[in-house]
Amino acid sequence: MESLLTLLQEVLPDLLQGTLVTLQLTVVALAIGLAVGLPAALVRVYGGRVPRWLAVAYIEIFRGTPLVVQLFVVYYGLPDLGITFSRMAAAFVTLGLNSGAYQAEYFRGAIQAVGSGQMTAARALGMTQWQAIRYIILPQAIKLALPAWSNEAISMIKYTAVVFLIAVPDLMGKAKILGGRNFNYMELYIIAAVIYILLVFIATRLVRTIERKLYTPGLEMEAERH
Amino acid sequence: MSDQALLRIEDLHKAYHTHEILKGITLDVQEKEVVVIIGPSGTGKSTMLRCINLLTRPDQGHIWLEEIEITAPHVNIDKIRQRIGMVFQDFNLFNHLTALQNVTIGMAKVLKMSAKEAHEKGMWELERVGLVDRADHYPAQLSGGQKQRVAIARALGMNPHVMLFDEPTSALDPELIGEVLTVMQKLAEEGMTMLVVSHEMGFAREVSDRIVFMENGVIVEQGPPKQLFYQPKFERTREFLWKISELYGKDEEESSE
Amino acid sequence: MQDLAFLFSYLLQGLGVTIGVTIIALSFGFVLGIGMALLRVYGNKLASTLAAIYSTVIRALPVVLVIFILYFGISRIVDLSPFLSGAFALGFASTAYQSEIFRGAILSVPQGQMIAARALGMSRWKSIRYIILPQAIRIAIPAWSNEAAIVLKDSSLVYVIGVPEMLRRAEYVSARTLEPFIAFGVAALIYFILTFTTNRGLDYLERRYKLQM
Repeated sequence: MESLLTLLQEVLPDLLQGTLVTLQLTVVALAIGLAVGLPAALVRVYGGRVPRWLAVAYIEIFRGTPLVVQLFVVYYGLPDLGITFSRMAAAFVTLGLNSGAYQAEYFRGAIQAVGSGQMTAARALGMTQWQAIRYIILPQAIKLALPAWSNEAISMIKYTAVVFLIAVPDLMGKAKILGGRNFNYMELYIIAAVIYILLVFIATRLVRTIERKLYTPGLEMEAERH
Repeated sequence: MSDQALLRIEDLHKAYHTHEILKGITLDVQEKEVVVIIGPSGTGKSTMLRCINLLTRPDQGHIWLEEIEITAPHVNIDKIRQRIGMVFQDFNLFNHLTALQNVTIGMAKVLKMSAKEAHEKGMWELERVGLVDRADHYPAQLSGGQKQRVAIARALGMNPHVMLFDEPTSALDPELIGEVLTVMQKLAEEGMTMLVVSHEMGFAREVSDRIVFMENGVIVEQGPPKQLFYQPKFERTREFLWKISELYGKDEEESSE
Repeated sequence: MQDLAFLFSYLLQGLGVTIGVTIIALSFGFVLGIGMALLRVYGNKLASTLAAIYSTVIRALPVVLVIFILYFGISRIVDLSPFLSGAFALGFASTAYQSEIFRGAILSVPQGQMIAARALGMSRWKSIRYIILPQAIRIAIPAWSNEAAIVLKDSSLVYVIGVPEMLRRAEYVSARTLEPFIAFGVAALIYFILTFTTNRGLDYLERRYKLQM
């Protein structure tokens, strides 16, 4: 017990620093994912042939390959093409684009669930397609996609953990470094696990509260694991 | 009543929380007898039926099937249930099995018949309900009436000593009720002991040996159909029969005059 | 050109490992996942609570962390190759997700099915075995296919414990040829083809065994 306390005293400050990095990665990735995913969904549903095809390619490539591999292509591979990222930037970009592909699918599902009748009715009122999307379709679709989106947000906390493989000092990375110092990996990983569980628990609470506030009765969609 | 009764129910009580569903039911069913139980909905008819094969455990009271007290502790209920066929309001056919497989699964897995034996007997049971040509259809490909006939064949396949019917035609479209009642009538004529909860007054009058009128968890009155229909002892029985024939059996009422 | 041919053949040697890890992990998770789902739905209070805690905890953790912890855990108890401990670790993680899939599927089998099975004289276990599970498994196919694709992708994570699967091999090549874009890009391409075919195959399975109700 005493040795555990000593260990905690020793490693907690570092692990908390890592936790902050994890949270930062989570938030930024979600934001990038939203900024990319929502337009990708719109293009996939309403776009012309070529843009639609591009959106499908983006979504399917990112959903069809492992996140670690994407991370390595971006961080180690892209410099071959003259595009160089810092570790942190590579992590942001990869996590963001990866999440964007999944978010695009949630939004696409939601847009399709809203139904074509809404679009027809809006167009009949004299709205342009963009106005109909902006004022009629999207407000409904976003509410429909909310449960899936919030689960994505919670899961993002744990998805970020792979970035330690390009030496980003997130919670996972810090645990590995600290574990390597005294070869007490197991202890460090378990402490990190407890922190992840706490983060997910708190995030779940938070998200459910927000959801309840924004809840409108109707269809809901489920998130998909990735 | 008689000591040789096939099924004896004595002082059956059942409550959910504080709500008493059965308030002391006593009923004997003789071999080859067809008993129809009628009464307003929510009076415990289905609960009583479910108590008989212990799908619902009674709080108090005893049930004997032939020589065995099935409410006694440590009775192997799975063995008892093999002797009691049950047909449900909403069919409950096994969705992943064909009509024939629905009939044979109990024979194969419970009675341990060989595949060949089960197949032969299964086809024979389907023959009895007139559905041999539907043997390879899945429940989703059958009409409601056909589903219920398969369900009857499934129960018959276990060679039950008594058949319980829990509102077997209530979930059916009117035009499909007849085919199920015909099968049930044939069963009765073959000498099957049957306990039927139903609103089909025509069936009750034509086929049953005895009608039991239940209300609020007790048996109000029972007797042969003629007696109950034409000389009920209680005002409540008369009122109910009048109401129910208004609802269901208007034309049958006229045809039997 | 020669490099590319070498790269492909070298990576494809890792394909067997990737597929092996995936199949072991999926099967392991399938058996334990169904077991846990049954405990959740039909087990006594203690067993059901324990299964629920397992599932909740594992699903809150990054898969790579689960792999590390279980790898160290397993290697303290038995001496297994990294390949097997990696596959089992991934399997333990998948168990949690699969238990949720099967629990949902079991709960969506209409209650009347169990009642009708019991009324035929089937024991509780026989009813589960012959009536509930065959239906639940079919209901679970779409979600399970998704899980299969995820485990396939997550199998790349066992690279962290030194299993020579495709990602590990891509890394060797990248270090050797100094062309990481091509090395990792080709690995990505192979993964893509794999998940694509897996999804198509399982779509077929789904159509073939779709349960009509």
